Amino acid sequence: MDEELTYVNDAGLRLDGRKVDELRPIKITPSVLTRAEGSCYLEWGRNKILVGVYGPREALPQHIQDPTKSIVNFVYRMASFSVPERRNPRPARRDIEISMVCSNALERALLVNRFPNTKIDIFTYIMDSNAGTRVAALTAASVALADAGIPMTDLVSSVAIGRAGGTLITDLTKEEEDAPDAVDMAFAMLPNTEEIVLMQMDGEITKAEFDELVELGSKSCKKVYEFQKDALKGKFKQNDESVN
Amino acid sequence: MESDSALWELKKEKVLAKMRENKRIDDRDFLQYRDIKIEQGLFQNAEGSCKVTLGETVVYAGVKMVPGDPYPDMPDEGTISVLAEFMPLASPTFEPGPPSKESNELARVVDRGIRGGKCLDSKALCIRAGEKVWVVFIDMYIANDGGNLFDAGSLASVGALLNAKIPKYEDDKLVQGEYSGDLEVKTLPILTTCAKIGNTIIADPSLVEEKAMSARFSATTLEDGRICAIQKGGAYSFTKDEVKRIMDISMEKGKELRNLLR
Repeated sequence: MDEELTYVNDAGLRLDGRKVDELRPIKITPSVLTRAEGSCYLEWGRNKILVGVYGPREALPQHIQDPTKSIVNFVYRMASFSVPERRNPRPARRDIEISMVCSNALERALLVNRFPNTKIDIFTYIMDSNAGTRVAALTAASVALADAGIPMTDLVSSVAIGRAGGTLITDLTKEEEDAPDAVDMAFAMLPNTEEIVLMQMDGEITKAEFDELVELGSKSCKKVYEFQKDALKGKFKQNDESVN
Repeated sequence: MESDSALWELKKEKVLAKMRENKRIDDRDFLQYRDIKIEQGLFQNAEGSCKVTLGETVVYAGVKMVPGDPYPDMPDEGTISVLAEFMPLASPTFEPGPPSKESNELARVVDRGIRGGKCLDSKALCIRAGEKVWVVFIDMYIANDGGNLFDAGSLASVGALLNAKIPKYEDDKLVQGEYSGDLEVKTLPILTTCAKIGNTIIADPSLVEEKAMSARFSATTLEDGRICAIQKGGAYSFTKDEVKRIMDISMEKGKELRNLLR
């Protein structure tokens, strides 16, 4: 950085003009693909995510099957051109870890015990990125799962929260993630029961900041949930109209 | 294995039955393409990008330009790399993992058209002879397999090149997010595919028509009428007259699709 940036100005506004607890613009479109059983295209700030869902379908090879439940297989991938420096299309260790924690987050919401010996595949692709791709992918994933009609107890809503320039903020941009004192916490919740199903953090914070971030994350997830609900309602409204 | 392969068998039968009445399953004319939509410049991190929707088929292509080493035998020429990823969300039969034979074939055929058609001026991609040249990466992502991935993939790739900017390169370093100009595209190679079902030749086979076809023939043509790539596919054969006729169709359809890119 050439000079020290002011991440939150005297008026309480951030570099991109947002308030500390304000989300970037979110646009969610379900049912964008015809082959996948459920799908979703999500634009969140400059992030662009495509998700397709299949299942529950037979888990193969057979030895991976679990007679007590369906395997939740969330796959996180980045397109080679989705980042400033071209990325090798092969999955990186980061992708594999994100895939695992997001699988766990979704499993809490899915009624996996109803579908023994099967798997539910959720393929998420980051087509363009600017900070917060995993929470965007997870948010899009539960919309695609609902689009596929796979039974769930709740959606999973997700957001990144953290700190830049000494202030706790929601939904960090790349610029804010690069702050010298940056803290970046991925957070996901079942919005109706307030169960936390994903939490990861980079950086260093105090217990008081942590407590505050949990509240900020919870509040922000509920806002994300409204976008998810609206997108799904829009879809079913459309279906109603086509019946008439 | 397609999970509903019995259903595909029935659909295939229907294609063949309709063909006996001289009709296509979706009532298109034999040489008619499905609706095509081209959207360019969708992604900020890509130097160029393009989404092509061909009927139900959806393909994204993105271009990244990276400074790299030239080949010793071509010290002043940039290079290109074309890859195709069959996203497992695009079809229940696509599996995550290393590129399949099909994905490799698609990338190779698109590559040959762009390379053979001299779409890019390789000398213009030289940064410093013998030291640094641009490597142009074209990566296709198949998002929905509705058939004829070749034509959609090729169109998306050329569409992404047409939309691409050259990154700024200063003091042996890439300047992230800044560009020195547009990538110059010299020709517009257009790949078109015909399928043989029974004894009938059709253009732009849909997925179910691909299941019913015995062979396919793809050719890339240029605006001046030259042919710069060919790929015959499928386990059946074509007669001499058929391949000649298909080449005429490729020229004509090539013109049609090229006009959509302009």
